[in-house]
Amino acid sequence: MGVTHVIDRRLNGKNKSAVNRQRFLRRYREHIKKAVGDAVNKRSITDIDRGESISIPSRDITEPTFRHGKGGRRSQTHPGNKEFVTGDGIPRPPGGQGGGGGSGEGQASDQGEGMDDFVFQISQEEFLDFMFEDLALPNLVQKQLKDTSNFKFVRAGYSTQGTPAKINVVRSMRGAYGRRLALSGSTRKKISDLQAQLEEIQRTPEPPDPVFSKEDQIRALEEEIARLKRRLTRIPFIDEIDIRYNQHIKQPQPATAAVMFCLMDVSGSMSQTHKDIAKRFFILLYLFLRRNYEKIDVVFIRHHTSAKEVDEEEFFYSRETGGTIVSSALKMMKNIMEDRYPTADWNIYAAQASDGDNWNDDSPRCSKLLAENILPQVQYYSYIEITPHEHQMLWHEYEMLAEAFSERFSMQQIMDESDIYPVFRKLFQKQVDHV
Amino acid sequence: MSEVASEQGNKRNYISTESEWTFELIEQYDEAIAQCAAEFKLDTYPNQIEVISAEQMMDAYSSVGMPVGYNHWSFGKQFLQTEKLYKRGQMGLAYEIVINSNPCIAYLMEENTMMMQALVIAHASYGHNSFFKGNYLFRTWTDASAIIDYLLFAKNYIAHCEQRHGLEAVERVLDSCHSIMNHGVDRYKRPSPISAAEEEKRLREREEYMQQQVNDLWRTIPTRAEDKAVANQKRFPEDPQENLLYFIEKNAPLLEPWQREIVRIVRKIAQYFYPQRQTQVMNEGWATFWHYTLLHRLYEKGQVTDGFMLEFLQSHTSVVYQPPYDSPWYSGINPYALGYAMFQDIKRICQNPTAEDKYWFPDFAGSDWLETVHFAMHNFKDESFILQFLSPKVIRDFKFFTVLDDDQEDEYQVTAIHDENGYRAVREQLARQYNLSVRDPNIQVWNVNVRGDRSLTLRHTPVDRVPLLEKEVNEVLKHVHRLWGFDVHLESMEGGKLLSAYHCPPRTSPNMDERD
Repeated sequence: MGVTHVIDRRLNGKNKSAVNRQRFLRRYREHIKKAVGDAVNKRSITDIDRGESISIPSRDITEPTFRHGKGGRRSQTHPGNKEFVTGDGIPRPPGGQGGGGGSGEGQASDQGEGMDDFVFQISQEEFLDFMFEDLALPNLVQKQLKDTSNFKFVRAGYSTQGTPAKINVVRSMRGAYGRRLALSGSTRKKISDLQAQLEEIQRTPEPPDPVFSKEDQIRALEEEIARLKRRLTRIPFIDEIDIRYNQHIKQPQPATAAVMFCLMDVSGSMSQTHKDIAKRFFILLYLFLRRNYEKIDVVFIRHHTSAKEVDEEEFFYSRETGGTIVSSALKMMKNIMEDRYPTADWNIYAAQASDGDNWNDDSPRCSKLLAENILPQVQYYSYIEITPHEHQMLWHEYEMLAEAFSERFSMQQIMDESDIYPVFRKLFQKQVDHV
Repeated sequence: MSEVASEQGNKRNYISTESEWTFELIEQYDEAIAQCAAEFKLDTYPNQIEVISAEQMMDAYSSVGMPVGYNHWSFGKQFLQTEKLYKRGQMGLAYEIVINSNPCIAYLMEENTMMMQALVIAHASYGHNSFFKGNYLFRTWTDASAIIDYLLFAKNYIAHCEQRHGLEAVERVLDSCHSIMNHGVDRYKRPSPISAAEEEKRLREREEYMQQQVNDLWRTIPTRAEDKAVANQKRFPEDPQENLLYFIEKNAPLLEPWQREIVRIVRKIAQYFYPQRQTQVMNEGWATFWHYTLLHRLYEKGQVTDGFMLEFLQSHTSVVYQPPYDSPWYSGINPYALGYAMFQDIKRICQNPTAEDKYWFPDFAGSDWLETVHFAMHNFKDESFILQFLSPKVIRDFKFFTVLDDDQEDEYQVTAIHDENGYRAVREQLARQYNLSVRDPNIQVWNVNVRGDRSLTLRHTPVDRVPLLEKEVNEVLKHVHRLWGFDVHLESMEGGKLLSAYHCPPRTSPNMDERD
């Protein structure tokens, strides 16, 4: 027949449904956010950032149509009869649905109820997107930084040198036109003079001069005009010196450089569960920073009676215990700030986690350190206390700070694991700009 | 197959012997199948066979048979569902995507073996394709040569609306239209030739109507109360309208032009799919009958190997398997199984009729089978096809039985089985099961309060007291309310008695009104 076309479509895009999938996620974002929140609370430290299967109750997701409900009188024909003869009665199955073959207009009544939840997978990327949606570091400002990697190319007029890719055609042609005008000016003037002369001669009657006759004069003039015209054609249409290139220069950009201090209490009073909660809180924070802020320094400090700056690995995974002197960590933070992170260049953030247990005479020292040396320098300081019990001295000292520095100091209590994510969201909720 | 085997013994000209496919082989198989199809007088649109990957197949699945679809979250939902089923291995993605268009587009998945590709070509590109071209419903309701262009227009138009009016505004209209998409077709209206008498009657009616309008126009004297009551009783629309989408498109007072156009797009697409919903058994049965027949013809001609046939028969058998009612895999009647069995049975009745067949089907028992199956394919839909052609033998083979579920009785009752007394009852009942006007509730536009609050009243006419699915009715009414713009009421009326009524916005009870 020869009317069949076979086409290889395998190289065409395969993500035709991507847009529709996005639409779906957008529509059910509230459900998904809730599911993500629940999932975060259930996860262990090591797999907090993988994808997730999201489950939405099917009643929220069905597209309603007019269809038949249960009840009334209806017949249904089924295949595979083995035992029935006409007139047999079949007991109605309890619950009314499904069973021996009375569920009526099949697809109509069966679909809505009793169906499983609608379950689907979201990727790790999407999971993190939902997890950290609407969160931001508060009070972030742009500070000039010597970080030389941050440049932007901006246009800076035109230059006579450059690569062919950057030729500015309009400028070059305009230059060429100007040059042609300038170079040909006097010649064209001469031509028009000679032409006027020529016309003049042609109009006047034959002069009585036999030596320089009218024809001779005309011929001489015409030759001269032709010579000048030839000269005009020798002016090049475009010349090296006409060409202009777009010029771009590198401009350093003001950068938003930020550092986050993570201060964690690992003293003996913190039980294993408390430490676990603290670590999970910091993991969330760390993931959030890594994901949403390309260049951010994170300083990990842990302390019992003395403080120590450690790397990520040690911070999250090593175990160590001792007594508690909170001010040791604050002092260390202050020193590091002075040494490495001048406030002129850096947005400074800190998150401190503790069970609130401290040497009593150390707590006033902490609040003094914070009030005098640290809080005036930082953009935002958050304190979480992990305890199901009564607050102690440290919390009360901090409460006074919270009043004095309300815009940059905030504190929250975490009772158990399920509080981690909500508290984290509360601390870093995106604030509406008051512009 | 023994006689077949001997014929084959003489000439062996296999198209291929390996299970790998290539583009050349696909073309060769297509040509061979096309030759067989011509022998059986299958009339098709030109074919466009597209080889795609599994991911692309999932895309195709989730756009519900539209090769170019506008964007909507519900297709995303479909995609996620397909993806999940496929990844769990609960669903094969083998045949079955074929587009009713001219040229007829069929998809082949690259993972398939050569046998599968040939099977899909026979099934889709010759089976379904000839059905699309021949069946009267498709001929009346769809225009195969225009559909791709129309879908493209719809996609662009809706994208354009999204840019102008915002994603959400467009999504809201689409959601609402989708909810009554199944009520967007003129179901009960059948194009019928109008007799001269009928024509005259209509003319008279029109004249009377005009006169009434004129009388109304000139009525300047204040009317008495009774007159007013009479005037109020005249309904708009005068006759109930079954096509809700059409009625809304033409009459909703507040829709913007672009919203009206979207209603129209959804309506047109509903219409395009309407024949498919009514011919599942026939369409699949026809395609399955032909892939079986065409591939056997290839075998007879010695063009495919024994191995090919064994692999083919295995797939074919699983496609036409019908689990019994008490099987955990039972989910209703398998349209492939029933349709295939019926077409094979018609062929059998034509070729080797028994006394029973002659009694039941005097008009075609013993006639030319090819003509008869073509006649059946051209002129029927599932409901009438079953009513006309379902034979006692097929009823016996499937062991069909009919169960009555009456909510006023304590037990289900078996009313008919596959025996002499039951054949007709089973057949009628099964046919009814495929009648869309039984499957979808009968809901029509009853009245618009033109002079008052502009409210729209829909009327549901239940059959055998079967009610509407309560929890979704109110949701759908919200959608209708969104499109109509004023109050919407739905009344369930059986035999002039009001069974139940739904309102959007919901009616507050009188007590609540008094509360201060």
